[in-house]
Amino acid sequence: MTALATRQESELALAKAGTKEFVTVHVADQLFGVEVIDIQDVFSLKGLTPVPGARAEIAGVLNLRGRIVTAIDARCRLGLPARPQGFAGMMAVGVEYQGEAYGILVDSVGEVLRLSDSDFEPNPVNLNPNWKDVSQGVYRLEGRLLMTLNIDQLLCVATA
Amino acid sequence: MDELLGEFITETNEFLETVDTQLVVFEADPTDGDTLNSIFRLVHTIKGTCGFLGLPRLQFVAHAGETLLGKFRDGTLVATPDQVQLVLESIDRIKEILAELEATGSEPEGDDSALIGALELAAEGHPAPSVPAAVVEVAAPEPVAAPVVEAAPAASTGLRWDPDLGRELRPGEVSLAELEAAFMSATPDDEVEPVASVAAAPVAAAPVAIEPPAPAVERRAAPEMRAIKEDEDDAAAKGGAVSSNQTIRVNVEVLETLMTMVSELVLTRNQLMQMVRNTTDSEFKGPLQRLSAVTAELQDSVMKTRMQPIGSAWKKLPRIVRDAARDLNKKIDLIMDGEATELDRQVLELIKDPLTHMIRNSCDHGLEAPAARVAAGKSEMGSIRLNAYHEGGHIVIEVSDDGAGLSTARIRDKAIKNGLVSEELAWTMSDSQIHRFIFAPGFSTAAAVTSISGRGVGMDVVRTNIELIGGTIDLQSTEGRGTKFFIKIPLTLAIVSALVVGSRQQRFAIPQLSIVELVGAGGASEHKVEVLNSARVLRLRDRLLPLVDLSEVLGVPPLDPIAYETSSAFVVVMQHSGQLFGVVVDEVFDTEEIVVKPLSKALGDVGTFSGATILGDGSVIMIIDPGAVYRRVGQAEEVVEEAVEAVQKKRGQRPETTSMIVFQAGGEQPKAVPLSLVTRLEELDATSFEQGDGRTLVQYRGELMPIVAADPYAPIATTGVQPVLVFTYNGLAAGMAVDKIVDIVDEALDIELAAERPGLLGVAVLKGKATEVLDVSHYLSLALTNWDDPGVNKPAKHIVLVERNPFFRNLLSPLLRAAGYEVEAVDTVSAALVCAEYRKPSAVLTDIDVDVASARRLLSDDRLAGTSIVALSGSPDADATGFASLVRKSDRDSLIAAVENAAKLEIAA
Repeated sequence: MTALATRQESELALAKAGTKEFVTVHVADQLFGVEVIDIQDVFSLKGLTPVPGARAEIAGVLNLRGRIVTAIDARCRLGLPARPQGFAGMMAVGVEYQGEAYGILVDSVGEVLRLSDSDFEPNPVNLNPNWKDVSQGVYRLEGRLLMTLNIDQLLCVATA
Repeated sequence: MDELLGEFITETNEFLETVDTQLVVFEADPTDGDTLNSIFRLVHTIKGTCGFLGLPRLQFVAHAGETLLGKFRDGTLVATPDQVQLVLESIDRIKEILAELEATGSEPEGDDSALIGALELAAEGHPAPSVPAAVVEVAAPEPVAAPVVEAAPAASTGLRWDPDLGRELRPGEVSLAELEAAFMSATPDDEVEPVASVAAAPVAAAPVAIEPPAPAVERRAAPEMRAIKEDEDDAAAKGGAVSSNQTIRVNVEVLETLMTMVSELVLTRNQLMQMVRNTTDSEFKGPLQRLSAVTAELQDSVMKTRMQPIGSAWKKLPRIVRDAARDLNKKIDLIMDGEATELDRQVLELIKDPLTHMIRNSCDHGLEAPAARVAAGKSEMGSIRLNAYHEGGHIVIEVSDDGAGLSTARIRDKAIKNGLVSEELAWTMSDSQIHRFIFAPGFSTAAAVTSISGRGVGMDVVRTNIELIGGTIDLQSTEGRGTKFFIKIPLTLAIVSALVVGSRQQRFAIPQLSIVELVGAGGASEHKVEVLNSARVLRLRDRLLPLVDLSEVLGVPPLDPIAYETSSAFVVVMQHSGQLFGVVVDEVFDTEEIVVKPLSKALGDVGTFSGATILGDGSVIMIIDPGAVYRRVGQAEEVVEEAVEAVQKKRGQRPETTSMIVFQAGGEQPKAVPLSLVTRLEELDATSFEQGDGRTLVQYRGELMPIVAADPYAPIATTGVQPVLVFTYNGLAAGMAVDKIVDIVDEALDIELAAERPGLLGVAVLKGKATEVLDVSHYLSLALTNWDDPGVNKPAKHIVLVERNPFFRNLLSPLLRAAGYEVEAVDTVSAALVCAEYRKPSAVLTDIDVDVASARRLLSDDRLAGTSIVALSGSPDADATGFASLVRKSDRDSLIAAVENAAKLEIAA
């Protein structure tokens, strides 16, 4: 239902030419934005089963209302240091990728922002390649920068 | 109407429904390959099944249609609109006959020769004549208000203009007006032909539904109405019609979703139950009880929707057997039992192909030709029996034939030729072990490739497919009597019974199907984890079980072997690919019925897990893939192999027997030493024993002989008669005092290597009793302080002994030392060569049983140039070409003689 609702909203957003809606998330100290249409769910992490032998960015699997969700550690994926206190209390952004449920583990989830295309800028050339892979560009916000986070690219390497 | 026919009608009707849409595409573009293929397949299937069910009209129409379609398909003919029309007409005819068949249970009388003639003519490339519409009418004996599709062939013999569409009608297309008319004519009073005309059905259903008490209005309601109206004239028809109405096809995805939701419901219920259980008096208790019961029933019912009788996977088999019998000129009887045994449709689908393959195999390779059968004193008619039954949450399918059975010799030869097993090992394997090689990849014993089987898809594919769904396959075969395969598969893939175990604080599920038993190890339990050259094994009854730690499979380093002594561990004994192995886990929780959920692609490369599941408490745990563990054991196994091989060899077909003298000393438990080491058995007067130099001595044959006790807790007698085993080496004699000499046995020495405490080689089973085999050299060194000092009588000669088996190494080296040689006992040829580098030996003794090829490396190595190499074998007729001589390991005297000879040669050289 939420997916449907967000989809409708985002279509509405598209109608408002030149703007896009983002959910802001924090990974370490950096502010990222995930497009609303990509997001199915936002939930706080309760119980995570590690999968021995899986790649480092796969934090484990969890049960989300009877579905098994593969959790991807955004910090690891972005080459950021792991949280000293582990995964406890982290938030997850639930997405669907190739018919499978994934959760992107982030430090916190902020708000929904409607951002204007005029504030958008492509990635600076000197950006870390790890980040270039998963981001299409940057929005200039007041006092801070918001990196866009492309879910497909984030997961395409994870599932490769 | 019999069930088979009912199934056929349901299935074909559905086929026809899908084909209806495809026909439209086909009509628009008769060259479209995919559409053509699917229509061709349909017609082909109908033809095949009709032949089997004995429905000549359908069969002939379908056959003629198929011939024409076949021409289109392989490009011999390019379909013209007229020919397309003919195809459509033949499909329509099939529908008509089918409709009648469904209503009455038998094929209607009728003449299709005109249509068939036209089809044949068209297939030969002649322009298609139009088929008189009258023939269509003949097909149905009753007056028919032809709805929708029937109208088509009758109406469109040529291209006509349709005013509603504003264009010419395509061949087979019906004008809107005609369609309307067809609907109108399908009034409730008319006899409605139940041709999959779904649109017409509700119209017909409405008025009739008032009369009988609430008939189930479902898809294809029309035939049922008809049956109710005509119930006086044909009860059988009614039965048939109703049975086809009571099944509907549901998309598997819908069932899958249902399943997921039910499992979630179960979880929620479990949580609720947990909460209520903690309160003493709750008003929720009653309703929750009911909820619980309903949930359980719901779960059961949903499970049932996925179940199908196994007979449905067998339906095509009689035909296959019949065809195979004809092709091969054999007489074959197929007997099927337990068709009603139900299993998950998913499993059913997956088992179909392997089963078909196995049946073909049985027809082709299993059963002999009639003449050969008669010659073997069997009846001409060979039989193949299929049997299915439930066994503890699994289904067992037996496929047996009374044919020639597997030829052990041929399989053995082939296995050796293909390098699947070493020749030596092959000869020690039992028949059934040999037979299992037919499951090895690329293995086929068929001398000739026939059209039926032997196309390179062998039993290994069958095995792989069965193991893929968590099943196992095994066989029993008696040469000349037949072969019986046992396939054990889970009832369902969605829910499996699994054992939840813990390793390194994390829980995992192991599918029950691959588990043989659970053994407590470590701590105070009787089974112990032991280490052989870094490979861990468990002594379980009469065999060594290769072990792998679950944490090791998961990539965590295993515990220090010593830690097993103190910590409690469990060994899950598993079977995969016919191999038994043990998995060490830290904890064992419970068996649970778990719902298997697939893993996401991101976890696809892990390979250790076959899925994940959600437990009752809501947590996710991973399901271990037995195949992955097996592969892991395979790596470890190479290390254990030598030891296991040595054990197997003695257990095999040509066991090497060793004479052992069995006695008691210090308790009831029998002890033994190899008889070859004992010079004499004596009963000496204990009063003649003297003490000297801290030892017990006796004057024996003019010399002073020391006596040691075989067991420290059994002191040497001081009165009466003392039985003594006398050993002599190098002119020195020593006695071992025992309580009682029990027996001399000549048995395969199946020693398990323990040697935990000094003086003990291990424990072997002799005459069915666990018997301690003593290390004579230890006792002799106690008795004769100088016994292993080679410098006593002769100058020391250096000898290298290459022997993989530690038992023989321990047995032979004291022997040689006693004979005055300095012995370097090593386990591999490479180690021997390294020894030779430091000091050239006078002679080398090497075992040639385990690996004759590497033993031969000794012959050609420069480091050993001029040194005699003596071959050691358990058998007197082993191939020892190139070696200085061949000696049996158990023959002590010739061993010493051979070494002496070899050493002499060295001096001469």
